Amino acid sequence: MKFTLKIWRQAGANQSGELKTYEIDNISSDMSFLEMLDVLNENLVQKGEDPVHFDHDCREGICGMCSLYINGRAHGPQRAITTCQLHMRSFNDGDTIVIEPWRAKAFPVVKDLVVDRSAFDRIIQAGGFVSVDTGGVPDANLIPIPKDTASEAMDAATCIGCGACVATCKNASAMLFVSAKVSQLAMLPQGQVERYSRVEKMVAQMDEEGFGSCTNTYACEAECPKEISVTNIARMNAEYLKSKFTSSDSFAGKS
Amino acid sequence: MATVVNIFSHTIGRKLIMALTGGFLIIFLIGHLAGNLVLFVEDSQLAFNEYTKFMTTNPFVKVLSYLTYISIILHVIYAIVLGRMNTQARPVRYSYNKPAQSSTWNARSMTLLGLIVLVFLIIHLKSFWFELKFGAVPMMEGTDLKDLHTVVIAAFSQWWYVIIYVLAMAGLAYHLDHGFQSAFQTLGLNHKAYTPVIKSIGRIFAIAVPALFALIPVYVYLTQNNIL
Ligand code: HEM
Ligand code: FES
Repeated sequence: MKFTLKIWRQAGANQSGELKTYEIDNISSDMSFLEMLDVLNENLVQKGEDPVHFDHDCREGICGMCSLYINGRAHGPQRAITTCQLHMRSFNDGDTIVIEPWRAKAFPVVKDLVVDRSAFDRIIQAGGFVSVDTGGVPDANLIPIPKDTASEAMDAATCIGCGACVATCKNASAMLFVSAKVSQLAMLPQGQVERYSRVEKMVAQMDEEGFGSCTNTYACEAECPKEISVTNIARMNAEYLKSKFTSSDSFAGKS
Repeated sequence: MATVVNIFSHTIGRKLIMALTGGFLIIFLIGHLAGNLVLFVEDSQLAFNEYTKFMTTNPFVKVLSYLTYISIILHVIYAIVLGRMNTQARPVRYSYNKPAQSSTWNARSMTLLGLIVLVFLIIHLKSFWFELKFGAVPMMEGTDLKDLHTVVIAAFSQWWYVIIYVLAMAGLAYHLDHGFQSAFQTLGLNHKAYTPVIKSIGRIFAIAVPALFALIPVYVYLTQNNIL
């Protein structure tokens, strides 16, 4: 297959970038999108040019490292997959493909298509954890959890933190990510200790990082490779408001 | 107090204000519409002017009307605050974007749709509310009632006024089609069984209420100009 690629090239964080056009040929329809970029980069290196920088790691849809805004969509044209799971057969021979980095103030471009997503890490550090006792391994059935609750918490926990929700949101809002991380712990008994301080701290950090607010367009859910539900956003709204309006330590000036 | 300020300086608290004020305005629309429907009644002059008097003098309605003013002002202020925050969150825009694949047009255009409603509100308040409060609305003959009915009929007899009205109601319809269910989500109410029902009710409300509002000037125009 043959493609015309328009790729965002930006030498560094504080440099200005632009879309550059590349022609590529002899691409197998069974190649993944990242493999296609590998071929492009080999060509560039052979020509002595700077290869296109892009993020990737597991290449099997579990790590959340790959990103890319492809033809105006986060992770390209297919639903519920990451870019590493996208195959060239999803495109037509001769197509022009525009490739841009995630665009958000909180995700500054490092180089070309690579963005810095450590804002997500700082949100997790602010409260996305549970306090656990050290000691022996507890018995598996020591803490009873209803199956439905466990499943829903698990669904939220499948978030791989790729940032597609932020990338696709018209407000560059991180509500889907943060709400998944709040929900997976708020629903389980182990997460109750920090339940309310967690949601307040994580939302505060989210705002501090410069993400936008939620207009409930639900684009995030539509583009999420793990199909995280916007129900989590409603749950986080409820958790946050409950915490602000009912919990006593909120009135003692907790952040 | 610090806590309260704190809440409204964060994303979710700001959205809470949007949802509460938007929700109140939805309730206001029902009341306003009920009154306007009087204009469909034949020889509605007396009935409408009595309704106008009730609306401007009843103390309970007064409280509601102040809540409505506050709601509109807060709703607009927080639309601006959130809007600024949201544009700042993406300083460099995509050069190629296809948002229609993942969200609806009206959900993405709430600011534009709200702006249409706001422009309409200003025109609307100027022609009726302002005239009634500060202008020279004549008295209805043989009564102690201000004759707003005649002012309304005169306004609705002009084709351009009717067109502005109808277009604004279309804008309101799209605003509500997204806004109605959005307010529930913002308040943290999302439920497997109830959310689809809320969305359906929202859609029916978003079509029916603005359509009925819009029908009144169209009806008046057609009857006044002897078309109907
Ligand atoms: C009768 C008039 C109006 C009604 C009933 C109404 C209702 C609503 C409702 C229910 C919402 C959803 C709130 C949420 O997402 O939680 C909303 C959102 C919004 N409204 Fe209005 N509204 C009205 C007028 C206006 C006006 C005059 C503006 C002025 C600009 C405006 C701008 C907005 C914006 C920008 C949003 C989206 C906020 C966001 O989530 O980013 N609205 N409205
Ligand atoms: S590279 Fe790990 S999810 Fe794509």
